[in-house]
Amino acid sequence: MTAFHPINIALFAILVITALAIARIRQLFAAAMLSGLFSLACACIFVLHDAVDVAFTEAAVGAGMTTVLFLCTLALTDSREKSTPPRRSVPAALAALLTGAALIYASADLPKFAAADTPVQQHPLTERYLRDSATEIGIPNVVTSVLASYRGYDTLGETVVIFTAAIAVLMLLGRTAHAKTSDAVMSLHTRHRVLRVVTKLLVPFILVFALYVQFHGDYGPGGGFQAGVIFASGLILYGLVFGLEAARGVAPVRVLRRLVAAGVLIYGGVGVATLVAGGAFLDYDALDPGHPATGQHLGILLVELGVGITVAAAMLMLFLSFAGRRDAR
Amino acid sequence: MLLAATLALLAAMLLALGRALLGPTLFDRILAVNSFGTKTVLFIAVSGFLAGRPHFLDIALVYALINFTGTVAVLKLTHHGEFGAAGAPEQQEGDL
Amino acid sequence: MNVILIASDLLLGAGMLFVLTGAAGLYRLPEFFTRTHAASITDSAGAGLVLLGLLLRVEDLATGLRLLLILLFLMFTSPTASQALARSALDDGLRPLVRLGKRPR
Repeated sequence: MTAFHPINIALFAILVITALAIARIRQLFAAAMLSGLFSLACACIFVLHDAVDVAFTEAAVGAGMTTVLFLCTLALTDSREKSTPPRRSVPAALAALLTGAALIYASADLPKFAAADTPVQQHPLTERYLRDSATEIGIPNVVTSVLASYRGYDTLGETVVIFTAAIAVLMLLGRTAHAKTSDAVMSLHTRHRVLRVVTKLLVPFILVFALYVQFHGDYGPGGGFQAGVIFASGLILYGLVFGLEAARGVAPVRVLRRLVAAGVLIYGGVGVATLVAGGAFLDYDALDPGHPATGQHLGILLVELGVGITVAAAMLMLFLSFAGRRDAR
Repeated sequence: MLLAATLALLAAMLLALGRALLGPTLFDRILAVNSFGTKTVLFIAVSGFLAGRPHFLDIALVYALINFTGTVAVLKLTHHGEFGAAGAPEQQEGDL
Repeated sequence: MNVILIASDLLLGAGMLFVLTGAAGLYRLPEFFTRTHAASITDSAGAGLVLLGLLLRVEDLATGLRLLLILLFLMFTSPTASQALARSALDDGLRPLVRLGKRPR
């Protein structure tokens, strides 16, 4: 739509300006906030281009989780970038210019956005997935059906990657010592009474909304990844306002360690169950031999649940490891 | 009218971005990013109606929550004296 | 139906006015505490009017419910965030501008 041209131009201008500002700014806390702003603008662009699930994930992960983790890291270190003397490097500038020019030249070859004669539109595979997803799997959201069923093995790999990241963080940061809540922290709590009351009202709602996103992923944007991140965000909000001791009371690290593994086990377990039931690995049709669509529904439900559990536990573990290290300093 | 609303929201977002880049203290930047987040929520809601897809409202709802979490996070995790408000930055050992 | 569309347009227009005013204030006002006033105009009046205007355009109950939830959410979180921000600024030593051209420390 030509009406969207000025909107797209404005949003991309915001992206470029923010990126330049992040590169130039010296105060790293401000840079972290600006990177959150960058994610917000990205999500607007995704929404305009009809990529609803991606926008959802960008909203949950980019603006919330990544910003919080950056801030936790900055809280551990010095937060002003060392000012280096300005230097000129002609070969570096030349390399950057040539690479940029080559990319722009190559992007001129890309097909026009949403044109009818691009390979994506013409290839019979697109037709097959989009059309047969309704009959074979029977859920309205094709993104979820492709992610969890047609490409389920790939998603299993992604879940294992998240699990590995959580383990790596645990290995690097070690066991978080039990933080002693200092008096300074408690006095801060009493000063922010409004914040505490409103957070107590909000946190249950966030958790219920995460469950809604988890199970509504078949019908609208959502699914395991987004739901896990939103669930973790709710508990992170609780931990930020009420202190890490309270957050650890709700989600102890030993429980989180087991949950992270449990999610991957659920996912793999569904695959093994389908093998035992006579089908291929992760072929959900085998779960209910008489009605393949029911088997697909059940398979997708269990698989997304596994993904959601792993993601939520991994994000919480990351936050508790980073923030706990600061408290124990 | 929806299109005009979208353009007006974009203009407002650019103004908020200007404040985020300019603001002398960190508080100005936090305020600007929080404001940008609220405008993003409205932008997603309005452009959802413009494109005829009310499913976007779930995303707007998530943003309203995440925006709040991000603001609280930056308030709680910033070093005392890093805000650049009360003179020279002090040592980094403050508890916040 | 036309009356409802006109009413929705009016509400959207009014909401846009408040959003632009708030953003202009955020950009132009001289000092942090004055800018929180400007930002809160967007969060309360601007968001409320825009969402009410959209509420008149909904076609089914689920969408209307979602809009109401967004409105409720923004009404809870925006004032709280402003209060927490202003309180942190006061704790950190920032003081409001009392006389133009002279900043108290």
